Amino acid sequence: MNIHAVRAIYRFEMARTWRTLMQSIISPVISTSLYFVVFGAAIGSRIPESQGISYGAFIVPGLIMLSLLTQSISNASFGIYFPKFTGTIYELLSAPVSYLEIVVSYVGAAATKSIILGLIILATAGLFVPLQVAHPWWMILFLVLTSVTFSLFGFIIGIWADGFEKLQVIPLLVITPLTFLGGSFYSIDILPPFWRTLALFNPVVYLISGFRWSFYGMADVSVGVSLAMTLGFLALFMAIVAWIFKTGYRLKA
Amino acid sequence: MSMQPIITISNLSKTYASGFQALKRVSLDIRRGEIFALLGPNGAGKTTLISTVCGIVKPTEGSVLVAGHDIVADYRAARSMIGLVPQELTTDAFESVWATVSFSRGLFGKSKNAAHIEEVLKALSLWDKKDNKLMTLSGGMKRRVLIAKALSHEPTILFLDEPTAGVDVELRRDMWQLVRSLQERGVTIILTTHYIDEAEEMADRIGVISKGEIILVDDKAELMRKLGKKQLALQLETPLERIPPELVAYNLDLASDGSELIYTYDAQGERSGILALLQDLNGAGIRFKDLQTTQSSLEDIFVSLVSKKK
Ligand SMILES: Nc1ncnc2c1ncn2[C@@H]1O[C@H](COP(=O)(O)OP(=O)(O)OP(=O)(O)O)[C@@H](O)[C@H]1O
Ligand SMILES: [Mg+2]
Repeated sequence: MNIHAVRAIYRFEMARTWRTLMQSIISPVISTSLYFVVFGAAIGSRIPESQGISYGAFIVPGLIMLSLLTQSISNASFGIYFPKFTGTIYELLSAPVSYLEIVVSYVGAAATKSIILGLIILATAGLFVPLQVAHPWWMILFLVLTSVTFSLFGFIIGIWADGFEKLQVIPLLVITPLTFLGGSFYSIDILPPFWRTLALFNPVVYLISGFRWSFYGMADVSVGVSLAMTLGFLALFMAIVAWIFKTGYRLKA
Repeated sequence: MSMQPIITISNLSKTYASGFQALKRVSLDIRRGEIFALLGPNGAGKTTLISTVCGIVKPTEGSVLVAGHDIVADYRAARSMIGLVPQELTTDAFESVWATVSFSRGLFGKSKNAAHIEEVLKALSLWDKKDNKLMTLSGGMKRRVLIAKALSHEPTILFLDEPTAGVDVELRRDMWQLVRSLQERGVTIILTTHYIDEAEEMADRIGVISKGEIILVDDKAELMRKLGKKQLALQLETPLERIPPELVAYNLDLASDGSELIYTYDAQGERSGILALLQDLNGAGIRFKDLQTTQSSLEDIFVSLVSKKK
């Protein structure tokens, strides 16, 4: 294991986060706060509490998930795409580092950012609504697993992308809609049966449901299923990354 | 200088995804401690060859051993030994010089060593720029940063892909100096260049690549001796209209409006024929006031080789 290399890449990527602090951390915090103002305070006050949870509190896990998914993907995809774009990737490819080390350091850095971000949003939410976390370890588990899983997904997108538009297209056209429709702002139990069944095909439902369960002990699907889905995605993305490195897909000419 | 090769390239071929074959069964040995200059016209495959050895381009066929380590099966050992200065100036705009050079050292698995980085930066006259962001540097300075990155991890083999392209005369001299001092410390250096005088000045051996094939590898001195033509130029006292019939056998050329006679002969020939020529000139009553001999440069050799290939 080339531990010096892992450390060097990880530090390099984290330095990029601090350099682009505004974009990496502050802007998601601001946009999440806006959601609270609009949904939590303005609209939420007109929506009745369910199971003793105010609407504002109800949407907290979904909002954090929304940020985790989009930020993990964009951080990780940008992190590996940019050296490809500028050409500095030559150094990575010529260095005595294994693919595993490359993935661990890039994905690790992107996931770290997302986790920090998730915790900041959580703290921000605490300013607006009373929070309770029923199962803190589960909460941390979902936070970490989701960050890692979707940073891995972002890494794949970053390697696949051959232009800046492609970096944006999946987060924008796939992840954001799935998150909005995946029960960020409502429980899928309130949907008519047909739509509820359809919603169960949306993978994000499972992520949000499990995460919300860790807060309030209530879930759209059982927490075991949520965990299994998250791990399933992790396994899927790991398999894709393994294939990419095995074939050198879009990395080496 | 030991004759045991430090790099052994065997039957290396590369066909890009486009179907273009950039390397055609290239076999080449690089000797430990030498300076090897790889020459060839644009698109000949120099960068492809270097990139393949360094792990950036996947070989289609063939193998490369670096100090006995296969570049695919044993890439860690092979790559740790190699420093690469790429042809393109690619740098992380927002990083500082110090950070990016230290990053390279870590990437190549070496523990922190501020003293070494300092030494490298000083050797490349980058020390006063160490806290500058890379985007604030000039092209020549960026080139030096790339060299510093390559030297940061104390490689035993250094690839320089057109290190002096777009570099001013002074920096070029500095670089030559640096390359020599690296060689003195036992570093093997492979460089590509379009400046033949650079190869002539620096290299121990020279390889010429054209259209993906190595068409010649030889000691520089040997190469010049073998292929070098010598010319004898005679400045005549009275210009000639044409070459007298008794001198036709020498294949002389008239230049400078007939005031100069040029005799071309093979430098490696046992008998140059100069003596006979001078006697015959005397016999023909042709007098000269001055004479010089010149040996054709590597550039002439190179141009004639590559054009023959076409
Ligand atoms: N990624 C690629 N895909 C397809 N063809 C490529 C690729 N990279 C290089 N080539 C082609 O391979 C050939 C050799 O290119 P290479 O860069 O090795 O040449 P070079 O000798 O370094 O030239 P130069 O002196 O201009 O740097 C060229 O014809 C080039 O167009
Ligand atoms: Mg080149």
